[in-house]
Amino acid sequence: MKLPEIDLCLIAPEIIVAAFGFFVLLVDVFFSKRENKAYLGWISLVGIFFAGALAVTQAGSVKSGFEGMFISDGYALFFRITFLIIAFLTVLISMGYTQREGIAFGEYYALILFATLGMMLMAAGTHLVIIFLGLETMSISIYILAGMMREDKRSVEAALKYFLLGAFATGFLLYGIALIYGATGSLYLKDVASYIASKNLLRNPMLLMSLVFLTIGFGFKIASVPFHMWTPDVYEGAPTSITAFMATGVKAAGFSALVRVFFSALPGFRPDWTSIMWLIAVATMTVGNIVAISQSNIKRMLAYSSIAHAGYILVAFVAGNDLGVSGILFYLMAYAFMNIGAFTCVILLGKKGEENTLIRDYAGIGFKYPLLSAAMTIFLLSMAGIPPLGGFMAKFYVFSAAVKEKFYWLAILGVLNSAVSVYYYLRVTVLMYFREPEREITGLQFSPAAVAALVLAVIGTLYMGIFPSNVLSFAQKSIAGLM
Amino acid sequence: MLIEYLAILIYIAIAIGFALFAVVASHLLGQRKRTALKEAPYECGMTTVGSSFRRIPIKYYIIAMLFLLFDIEVVFLYPWAVVFKQMKSFAFISMAVFIGILLIAYIYIWKKGALEWE
Repeated sequence: MKLPEIDLCLIAPEIIVAAFGFFVLLVDVFFSKRENKAYLGWISLVGIFFAGALAVTQAGSVKSGFEGMFISDGYALFFRITFLIIAFLTVLISMGYTQREGIAFGEYYALILFATLGMMLMAAGTHLVIIFLGLETMSISIYILAGMMREDKRSVEAALKYFLLGAFATGFLLYGIALIYGATGSLYLKDVASYIASKNLLRNPMLLMSLVFLTIGFGFKIASVPFHMWTPDVYEGAPTSITAFMATGVKAAGFSALVRVFFSALPGFRPDWTSIMWLIAVATMTVGNIVAISQSNIKRMLAYSSIAHAGYILVAFVAGNDLGVSGILFYLMAYAFMNIGAFTCVILLGKKGEENTLIRDYAGIGFKYPLLSAAMTIFLLSMAGIPPLGGFMAKFYVFSAAVKEKFYWLAILGVLNSAVSVYYYLRVTVLMYFREPEREITGLQFSPAAVAALVLAVIGTLYMGIFPSNVLSFAQKSIAGLM
Repeated sequence: MLIEYLAILIYIAIAIGFALFAVVASHLLGQRKRTALKEAPYECGMTTVGSSFRRIPIKYYIIAMLFLLFDIEVVFLYPWAVVFKQMKSFAFISMAVFIGILLIAYIYIWKKGALEWE
């Protein structure tokens, strides 16, 4: 009997993340008497750091393993690093926040690690079942994390809503995968593509249906219109640190799988998906930005803004050229820094029993907490797309990719949307600096770890804006084998 | 080609037919006496007391769920046992990792007190 070849080095970063997840779980139950769970956060950080270091050592090599189900290529590397950065920052901002809000459970950190593991599998899987399993590992962990504040009705509502709608969307995705298997007899992305090309199945109704179902399944995870309904409620109700994790990590993971599946398995359907995605991209940008204007809660505003950002990234997906796909990677990395940064500011401005998440709570904090406000301003301006910040370069690449492929209307609508978004981002900034505070916000306790995360996020946002070519060339090298 | 599945179709027809027959026949042939207690919702030999929207002990459900989880995992041992002799150490190590992960889960639920009834 021929034994399958197992190359554990290939999944070393994943193994490290999983092992630290289990370790955190066990340490927590054996030392359950300890009230302060921050040390579990530090253990998680060590694990994430090791996994990142191992991932970097694999740079430059392309190796496929596990019977071709898993690949460690540049694309996987870029996303592994993005996910690990996101997990690192999330754990940093969580340590003070969970303690403050009374949700300091050991499982919290273990679940973040398991969710990261799922994301990494999604980016590196070259078999639809692996991608699906990764998605489930990630989603189930996030469902629980969203409901961590068990006493808070909104958090429970967020978890239940996300779980029910997420399970439904997963059903669509699985249906799409099943139809692909039915039509082509394979779940390997490469085999699906070659079978479609050899049998000329481009008008096969089963495959066209599966294309629609995959779009729905992934469209839910990246929060694109019209599959975005859950986003504001879930982002508002979930613990703020988890909202940051969802808005960046889950979105990046959704895009990583979407791009890999569509470009490696279904490249022949490009004309079909281009027209669908064009509409979705425009709808996503427009709905996200316009509804964000009327929000009074900063978490809801950032939720709608994250919908709009998914729309910008879809513009690059529609363009689908080299610059577009590397632009997606660049955008997701830049978005991770600026969005986690913004949510960190939201966390730092709250205290126990007083979350201060209304936008008018930001009035006049500019002079009381100058550094916090300056950081928040940087993140908001970056999201609005103002140079020299990471968000500007990301948008620049995305829109120039669209122009290069002659999607002029898409680029124009994107830029117009971006102009609309400046209004609600700047409104918060104006409130912070040019208005008298409505009431005093006092007694804030800045957790050192969260401040460290804030500094890292500021550095990341500035670095990607001022020296974008380093990250962009990394992204361009990463997509070499994909297209 | 599809004729091979004819047996399944016949089976489905018989199954549905029998279910319909049983329901309809008992409806037509059986005699019914209506009493207030029978008309009450959820009569299971218990009189209903108070609202159902209140906290209930969920110990039973936790144990039932955990039982299901670990019970299903055992299913993997059967195909494993069949090929064990051919795959030798590879099979052993794979299963050791699998059981090891299950063991971590078991230790976790034990220490969390999910198995304590009181």
